[in-house]
Amino acid sequence: MNEKKKVYLRLANGKIFAGYSFGKYGNTDGEVVFTTGMTGYPESLTDPSYSGQILVFTYPLIGNYGIPEFKRDDTAKSVQDNFESGRISVRGMIISNYSSDYSHFDAAYSLDTWLKDNDIPGIYGIDTRELTKTLRTTGVMLGRITTEIEEGELNVVDPNETNIAAEVGVQEPVVYLPQKKNSKKKILLIDCGVKNNIIRNFLSRDAEVIRVPAGFDPLDSQYEFGGIFVSNGPGDPKMCTSTIENLRNSFDLNVPIFGICLGSQILGLSAGADTYKLKFGHRSQNQPCIEVGGHCYITSQNHGYAVDTKTLPEDWEEWFINNNDGTNEGVKHKSKPFFAVQFHPESSPGPNDTGWLFDRFLDLI
Amino acid sequence: MTNPINKILLLGSGALKIGEAGEFDYSGSQAIKALKEEGKYVVLVNPNIATVQTDKDLADKVYLLPVNPYFVEQIIKKEKPEGIMLGFGGQTALNCGLELNRLGILKKYNVQVLGTQVDSINKTEDRELFVKELQKIKVRTPKSIAVRNVKAGVKAAKEIGYPVILRAGFTLGGLGSGFANNEKEISKALNEAFSYSPQVLIEEDLRGWKEIEYEVVRDSADNCITVCNMENFDPLGVHTGESIVIAPSQTLSNAEYHQLRDISIKTIRHFKILGECNIQFALNPHSISETGEFDYRVIEVNARLSRSSALASKVTGYPLAYIAAKLGLGYKLTELENSITKKTYSCFEPALDYVALKIPRWDLAKFPRVEEEIGSKMKSVGEVMAIGRSFPEVLQKAIRMLQVGKFGLVLNKSKTQTIKEDIITPTPRRLFAIARALRDGYTVDEIHEMSKIDKWFLYQIANIDNFRKDTISKEEITADFLLEAKQLGYSDKQIGVLAGSDEDEIRNIRKSLGVMPVFKQIDTLAAEYPAETNYLYSTYHGNVSDIEETPERDEKKIMVLGSGPYKIGSSVEFDWCCVTTAKYLKKLGYKVVMVNYNPETVSTDYDICDKLYFEELSLERVLDIYEFEKPLGVIIAMGGQIPNNLALKLHENNVWILGTSPHSIDKCEDRNKFSSILDRLEIDQPVWQELADLKQAKKFSNKIGYPVLIRPSYVLSGTAMKVCNNDRSLQEYIKEHAQISKDFPVVISKFEEGAKEIEIDGVGQNGELIIYAISEHVENAGVHSGDATLAIPPQKLYFETVHQVKRITKAIVKELKITGPFNIQFLAKENRVKVIECNLRASRSFPFISKATNYNFIDFAVRSILGHDIHGDYKTLDLDHIVVKAPQFSFSRLSGADPILGVEMSSTGEVACFGESMEEAFLKSLLSTGFRLPKKNILVTLGDIEDKVEFLDSARKLNEMGFTIYATTNTHNTLKEYKVKSRLVYKINEKKNPNILTMLEKKQFDLVINTQSMKHEHKSMRDGYIMRRKAIDYNIPLINNLKIAVLFVNSIYKYKIEDLEIKSMDEY
Repeated sequence: MNEKKKVYLRLANGKIFAGYSFGKYGNTDGEVVFTTGMTGYPESLTDPSYSGQILVFTYPLIGNYGIPEFKRDDTAKSVQDNFESGRISVRGMIISNYSSDYSHFDAAYSLDTWLKDNDIPGIYGIDTRELTKTLRTTGVMLGRITTEIEEGELNVVDPNETNIAAEVGVQEPVVYLPQKKNSKKKILLIDCGVKNNIIRNFLSRDAEVIRVPAGFDPLDSQYEFGGIFVSNGPGDPKMCTSTIENLRNSFDLNVPIFGICLGSQILGLSAGADTYKLKFGHRSQNQPCIEVGGHCYITSQNHGYAVDTKTLPEDWEEWFINNNDGTNEGVKHKSKPFFAVQFHPESSPGPNDTGWLFDRFLDLI
Repeated sequence: MTNPINKILLLGSGALKIGEAGEFDYSGSQAIKALKEEGKYVVLVNPNIATVQTDKDLADKVYLLPVNPYFVEQIIKKEKPEGIMLGFGGQTALNCGLELNRLGILKKYNVQVLGTQVDSINKTEDRELFVKELQKIKVRTPKSIAVRNVKAGVKAAKEIGYPVILRAGFTLGGLGSGFANNEKEISKALNEAFSYSPQVLIEEDLRGWKEIEYEVVRDSADNCITVCNMENFDPLGVHTGESIVIAPSQTLSNAEYHQLRDISIKTIRHFKILGECNIQFALNPHSISETGEFDYRVIEVNARLSRSSALASKVTGYPLAYIAAKLGLGYKLTELENSITKKTYSCFEPALDYVALKIPRWDLAKFPRVEEEIGSKMKSVGEVMAIGRSFPEVLQKAIRMLQVGKFGLVLNKSKTQTIKEDIITPTPRRLFAIARALRDGYTVDEIHEMSKIDKWFLYQIANIDNFRKDTISKEEITADFLLEAKQLGYSDKQIGVLAGSDEDEIRNIRKSLGVMPVFKQIDTLAAEYPAETNYLYSTYHGNVSDIEETPERDEKKIMVLGSGPYKIGSSVEFDWCCVTTAKYLKKLGYKVVMVNYNPETVSTDYDICDKLYFEELSLERVLDIYEFEKPLGVIIAMGGQIPNNLALKLHENNVWILGTSPHSIDKCEDRNKFSSILDRLEIDQPVWQELADLKQAKKFSNKIGYPVLIRPSYVLSGTAMKVCNNDRSLQEYIKEHAQISKDFPVVISKFEEGAKEIEIDGVGQNGELIIYAISEHVENAGVHSGDATLAIPPQKLYFETVHQVKRITKAIVKELKITGPFNIQFLAKENRVKVIECNLRASRSFPFISKATNYNFIDFAVRSILGHDIHGDYKTLDLDHIVVKAPQFSFSRLSGADPILGVEMSSTGEVACFGESMEEAFLKSLLSTGFRLPKKNILVTLGDIEDKVEFLDSARKLNEMGFTIYATTNTHNTLKEYKVKSRLVYKINEKKNPNILTMLEKKQFDLVINTQSMKHEHKSMRDGYIMRRKAIDYNIPLINNLKIAVLFVNSIYKYKIEDLEIKSMDEY
């Protein structure tokens, strides 16, 4: 790395944190959120759900094992190994300590180089614990990484005020075939910013994946499919109006529907429930979720909104509950094969304890 | 549904030994707390009197008796517990539980095992079963073959291919394990291993692979979590207890981390672990296996609380032992509150926003002839843990915490000489050799090639070293410079060296530039939820502290300094003193701020005090905390020598030291000052002098007469103290091991032979003696007080001696105006009493005398320090019972070390038992250290003629009891002369049969009694050494002191094992 260059994080509440630049030296803005996961920075940084956000890592040592070989793909079609999409999704990255010297047999370059190559600014040398406490107490905020402290008001567009999910997914349908030919199970995957590992989970279970844009109407599909999957993704679920509408209409098809994260919120909204914004969200790899009447699972999470359980219509029920704060972690229809989870069974990063949910879905098709 | 049973038997781990140390006081205490919360009746068996768990306010009944099947059965018979917990007392408790089960005792008395069941434990302990079970679930284990004899072992090694690893089943801390490169080495290693274990595993050599551990918890509903993962700095090949360990893992990608986590959970579910367990992995650092997985092996599973789990608890703040006990009762993880946040539950995996580094503490210099190499066997006696927010920060902190005279990784006084060798072959010096190598121009790649240590760690070390390359004058120091130094873990002292200044000056500059540490909380959730507890560490990677600085002095807050790492001479007893101090201070309405950094302790449990600073006990850090907390004052008298040494310096920095004045402490610590005080008070002391050259040293020694005790002020190698018998040995010792000059004088004092040693522990107040206890050593003077067998009340002292001891004590207490705890050691010979040592702090015998007399001396000390009126009439000499404390040695762990007793301490722990007589209490204590009673053959070789004569009566008794005595020529002849039967056995160098060596190797002796000659120290020394060492290596009980030998014979003459009373502490 070159000489230390000072850069700043400016928050909407006026607070300023000073640190040093790594990655691209320049300005960026977005919603500032924190993740408490201890591993998996390449996966997190490419997770499309972080689109529009500046990500704070509470774990203080980042960059230790470098970055594996990466192929940039702005069409969002890529399902390459080690990454969750073909581009870095975050707008900026905030850490405490950066390891410029990395060590791993699979590493191709340093995190710094990778961020530079992809025009993403980062700051290190920040008291990330203090920053996290600020976000915890005041709630997530808009903010800007800046090389100079500018005068005047902080002018940042809130990414939650647009249908950002529709932007980050594929714009044209893409079909992925599993290794085993003539798969009988075909999944219509509505892409609101899907993570690669969801696609990998279907493919490794010998299912064909038809990845379609967020606005795609299943009732109007030129493809045959046996089940609908609604993906994770960034932003406020209520912005995804056409996806919600299309899904609601698809209930009549009576095919199994499975949603993850944003997909769970969209399914909830389609069913007639309400969603709300959490104060600082769940972004971590250690969230305990209890299946009502069953086990507790440690899950990987990345969401700022949740389904309001109280508003679920009569024929729907709560499926999973967060053991820590009691928030909704999954909904399902009482009689039909429609269900969704708020957490990430595909993990990456995070624990793989709930991978069985993919089996459950595919078993119904 | 929790378990309806009410009465639960908990097994402790006994004395501290290498491989099984203070962590089990922590886990046992936590378990008792968890069970008491549920209203259960807890019966504890643990002869370790110095532990917190054996306090009477914890368990309902405490049996200070051996943790072995015989005694535990007797206790079961008497107490009729409904349940038993085996997972909280280390391998000792686990093995005892397995035996109890095998013998059908648990079934017979209908005792239910709570937590992981015996069947599961067996599958994890029996290597053969273990591998078979893991094959069933397609989990990889190292290529291995289990063998039950040497021949099969040699064949197996050939099949796998050299080099191979040997692992003995059913042992703790890798005992009986090792490496072999060829047939000759493996034969030797197998012979040794089979003396510890009926089964040995020969395995593929995976040295150089990463070693990773996970702590896993499972409940009765099959909820499973991994609480913590840890990565060893030292790659596979160095026992995890001997490795530098960092948590969480640093060099693992998400996929690697979670692949191993998945396997952990799968394995633990398969074994049906209920509660806590530890799983160790080897991970190939270079490639992915043919199956597309990262190439790994599961090395072992410990189905119990372990050293690693204690470490993980301190690393994360997740109370593993407490939770495991609750799960044993049937609770589910989802029902148990997270005790840090008090908002969330225990079914989660802690997220860390800091790192924690453990470094083992070795004391190999204390053991003559010991092999320095560290490997698959544990040799370390303690450990430290540093918490911070970067690797350099925690590494340099941890090095200072070791208290081995280092200022940090770099800028130390002593320099490593043998860089390359020290990097290739792991020894306690490796870390420093790496730093030195970087300095000398070795590259990270070269060091990686030699050591296989992951380059990431080496780059981090290089960052520390790079910083010191630019020298700086103190005028040039800027805030940025200081901050960078601090973030790299440099102490003020190191910066002082760099800038040609000193610690005090750097501190002042630093404060004037506003470069101060911040204090952060450990909260298990990386700030996602607010924490309700004050478990704190310092860091320079931050701007804001999590807690508020105290604005002005708080009269109701007291800071207690802990005892640092366990090492030879300072261990769990000082932790007991600190914990007890905290308890009494809280009772008296004070808020307690504890400072300590030893992860094996109870004092570092965040619920013992109001604020726990898991921090260095250095002048710099204690001042940082003191200035931030502004307590009434600091108690330094409870944590042993480390806080004691800080007293004067803290005082000079305007810290109020509570209790005896630091000036008095200084008078006591300074040999010259103390000696002149004794002279003035007309108290006798052994003659001594400080000498600056060899000629003078010899002259003085001859004047006072040999033997003399020599203490160099600068030790090159080996032990610090030595008894010399003549000019030649004096000269040799100084030449080989020490220096003698004006700068490094040696102190020579008269070594008193045949003298008794007496200790007094007490509490003074404003120069008045309030309460005291006298204990007596069984061994004569010359055996370090920490290795001695102590009896209270004294059995063999003249009234006049006791009177003199009291008189002298009163005079010293008055002269030094003692307020608080103290300990004085005396020599007594024919009613002449001399003072040999005085400490103005709690001593290692405080828990012993407190529990023996039923007066808690720490309670007195605390109230004395706080100025309460504690006058009274306390009866400590006239007890209805006798308590004997016996040392625990760990020689079996220390390959090559000579198992002899001397002026340097070598025991690693202690036990103490109550009895109706000296013999009964002694025998119980001895059995508590794992001693096995002889059945038939006893080898007796005694040094001097005086020893031989003194043993005659005992030898007769042995014959009378039907033992066969084997004796070497001289001893045999002496016995014959006095008409005592013995069989002649030849010394090793006599090369005739029957020979000691072959008989030892064939394990034909049940006991070896060996004393060495004081007078002829060179003659046959090698023979004696080999004999003692072989006894240890072949696991044959050894008695190496005549007084102990005589007491032992008297004891077995008087008591059969069935005669030993099964009584709990409160029944005495």
